[in-house]
Amino acid sequence: MSSPIGRDQLQKLVAQGAQLLEVLPADEYREDHLPGARSIPLSQIDRESAAALDANRAVIVYCWDTA
Amino acid sequence: MAPRAAARLETLGFGQVHEYRGGKLDWMAAGLPTEGENSLHPRAGDAARKDVPICSLTDRLGDVRDRVKAAGWDAALAVDGEGVVLGLLRSKELAKDPDLRIEQAMRPGPSTFRPYVSLHEMAHFMEEHDLESSPVTTSDGKLVGLLYRADAVRLGMPPK
Repeated sequence: MSSPIGRDQLQKLVAQGAQLLEVLPADEYREDHLPGARSIPLSQIDRESAAALDANRAVIVYCWDTA
Repeated sequence: MAPRAAARLETLGFGQVHEYRGGKLDWMAAGLPTEGENSLHPRAGDAARKDVPICSLTDRLGDVRDRVKAAGWDAALAVDGEGVVLGLLRSKELAKDPDLRIEQAMRPGPSTFRPYVSLHEMAHFMEEHDLESSPVTTSDGKLVGLLYRADAVRLGMPPK
């Protein structure tokens, strides 16, 4: 079960090697994204696209806000 | 969207998945850096003057005015112990009775802007509403700096 985190926890986890994943549409990613984040829009998350991530490291997913 | 993405990743074998609930909005509202096309354009947080004088609600207005003038400023912001903006003092407020407490003299609850707003947008807004300066704060109200219209226009509306 995934866990919700805040900004401070995100920064700690990233410093420890967590991967950032933006799941908004690609054009929104192009405009602005968190430093070092990858883009896989929600509708495109599948086994193939997720292979770009390391399943053995933590992943932090985010969109625009809480929705 | 993030909870669904997290759930989907878990079905694909990812065991350590977290959701950043505040999302990109929270990150940008805190004035933290981003990457991407928009990050190349100046924003309110970039041009806001971070060394704006601050004071507390119980300070004496005359003392604050002297300090503000000595520092070459014409404005100050009243903040609490956490840096949350409580009031704004422009020239008009600073010219009031020097024996007033800041709480009595300030403009309480001024409109504030987030650091990620583009300077182009800020320049138009400040011109339309005739704002000489506007506080820039994080989403939790903490002071980033004071943005002057002249700076917003100069940096956000370059001459054609």
